[in-house]
Amino acid sequence: MKHTLSILVENKFGVLARVAGLFSARGYNIDSLTVSETQDPSVSRMTVVVNAQDERVLEQIKKQLHKLIDVITVQDFVKKEHIDRELVFVKIEADKKGQTSLNKILKRYGGALVEKKTDCVIVEIAASTQDIRRLLDDIKDFKIVELVKSGCIAIAK
Amino acid sequence: MAIMSGAQILVECLEREGAKVIFGYPGGVMLPIFDVLYDAKIKFILTRHEQGAAHAADGYARATGKVGVCMSTSGPGATNLVTGIATAHMDSIPIVAISGQVKTALIGNDAFQESDVTGITRPITKHNYLVKDVKELARTIREAFYIASTGRPGPVVIDLPVDVQNAKTEFVWPQGVSLRSYQPRYEGHPGMIKKAAKFIERSARPLIYVGGGVISSGASKELLTFAEKTGAPVTMTFMGLGAFPSSHRLSLGMLGMHGTAYANHATMESDLILAVGARFDDRVTGRIDAFAPNAKIVHVDIDPTSIGKNVRVDVPIVGDAKRVLCALTKAVKKVPDIKAWWDAIDKWKKEFPLFYKHDDRLRPQYVVEQIYEATKDLPTVIATEVGQNQMWACQWYKYSEPRTWLSSGGLGTMGYGFPAAIGAQMGCPDKIVFDIAGDGSIQMNIQELATAVTNKLPVKIAILNNGYLGMVRQWQELFYKKRYSGTILKNPDFVKLAEAYGAKGMRITKKEDVPGAIREALATDNVVVMDFVVEPEENVFPMVPAGEALNRMMNGMA
Repeated sequence: MKHTLSILVENKFGVLARVAGLFSARGYNIDSLTVSETQDPSVSRMTVVVNAQDERVLEQIKKQLHKLIDVITVQDFVKKEHIDRELVFVKIEADKKGQTSLNKILKRYGGALVEKKTDCVIVEIAASTQDIRRLLDDIKDFKIVELVKSGCIAIAK
Repeated sequence: MAIMSGAQILVECLEREGAKVIFGYPGGVMLPIFDVLYDAKIKFILTRHEQGAAHAADGYARATGKVGVCMSTSGPGATNLVTGIATAHMDSIPIVAISGQVKTALIGNDAFQESDVTGITRPITKHNYLVKDVKELARTIREAFYIASTGRPGPVVIDLPVDVQNAKTEFVWPQGVSLRSYQPRYEGHPGMIKKAAKFIERSARPLIYVGGGVISSGASKELLTFAEKTGAPVTMTFMGLGAFPSSHRLSLGMLGMHGTAYANHATMESDLILAVGARFDDRVTGRIDAFAPNAKIVHVDIDPTSIGKNVRVDVPIVGDAKRVLCALTKAVKKVPDIKAWWDAIDKWKKEFPLFYKHDDRLRPQYVVEQIYEATKDLPTVIATEVGQNQMWACQWYKYSEPRTWLSSGGLGTMGYGFPAAIGAQMGCPDKIVFDIAGDGSIQMNIQELATAVTNKLPVKIAILNNGYLGMVRQWQELFYKKRYSGTILKNPDFVKLAEAYGAKGMRITKKEDVPGAIREALATDNVVVMDFVVEPEENVFPMVPAGEALNRMMNGMA
């Protein structure tokens, strides 16, 4: 099952390595990871999305995260009401006609063309992981030159 | 306020933290610190290898309950500390290790004697620091001692670049330590304690299973009170030896792979296990899905990550062993009737006692028994190496006090015992300190004979010399058709070796000479190396083969 962990940490060097180490030492791959300062510049928030092959192992990782001296709190959003978003840039090959049909699709997801050339556009969209998956499915007939995702951020309701 | 260099601040802070001794080894980037140490009150013990320094700090910490301090230079010095740090980490021992580092501007440049110490030690420390600003140094040292010694104790590394040692700042001693992200919980949850007490009152076959947490918490007295009130049997893990007197009527001795058969049977048959400061390690549980099938489990530990890690727990109690045992003693109102349970245990005790062959051969178990006989009324600390020597020291020496048993449990580090004994002797000058060793493991840190002799630390080393790496040989005998691959030792003359270092050397080849030799060693003011040439193919029994259920023991009586 996919878990979204929201981890408040001291904003210091080395903390990311400590957190990442707990996953890598158990052979766990992290699906996505974002780190940024909070309203308190001495505190950063890490949002880690991980697919738990074994719930007991993840439980152990969560406890161990909490045990790290630089970790302040660990929240797992798996059973909590929350909002999650991901920011995505896609560079797509598209001529005039293609751009028109792209625009139609994007409207449904609240996306926009942020850069236009005659044969190529850059699409920006901020949406839930689910919507992004749907969007990518809708544009699968276009040629994607580059795809950049920010990784998921989430906030409890 | 005084303006001081980083090196001066370090030494000042160590003294203010109460450190009396540093075990270590100098090097290029440590010169500023060693220059300050030249005039310092704190004693510096030069070991002959940094691994020895780390184990000595660990042995000092285990024997005294205080934080041990070790020090090395950058690069190879620091990597040589690593095994000692990992050993302390696995056994939850509070040490502060200080490593020199190349100057900040060179970090990451593959400079001479550079290694990424915080990177290397990250998974084997409770916490570590790279100090890049001299203004942070005093606070860092305070935090390091605080983190090492509170909650579940453990090693903390401070990596200190040479330019930070030389940089000057105003010295301010931080009044206290406050870490919003680190607040160990000491009091057990009252609801859980009440629930645990109910379980204990209703149990017919209770068992108290205690580990090293009881020793680090200083909870032996509280454990004794609780055990005597409930009348429940007590079994100890390897790390828990000394937490409860082995000769007490309620003691079942050690459980696990080489534990007593009666402790293992009792564990498997019990209906309630009260685990205190123990972690259900694989050497204790045997095959995990067959472990104690009918037992409800109450687990008391200060580290929440230990609870529910290996076995499912019915009543989790996060808290300090001492306070929780105190609360449990009050909470248990009705003492359970467990006469039938004791009848069963007494039957196992009669049927499966600890056993070795009593004949005229010089058997290693006899040596350990005789060391016990000679020292039982004297304040004594026993350190061990790893392997058969260690297991015989568990089985045949009866520990009655906490902090008298020093051995590498979690990591199983050969070469631990002798430097740990040196650290213990430094911390406890009035106690007798023995290192019970094998002929293999003693050679892993034999160079520390120079440290012990130079500093007049009269450690007694008892080598149970069987000419093999005995424990591995035992497994080869039992599971690999006696194909002794890589386990036969051609040893040096240990007596001459001892003498070369200025220690006293003795060789004992006959059973009848053992008691006299030990008496002679005890009467010697010097370091003594006793080379006991013992039965070469003696095995450690009972034994639960790896991956078997805890009650499927080989007893060695056949």
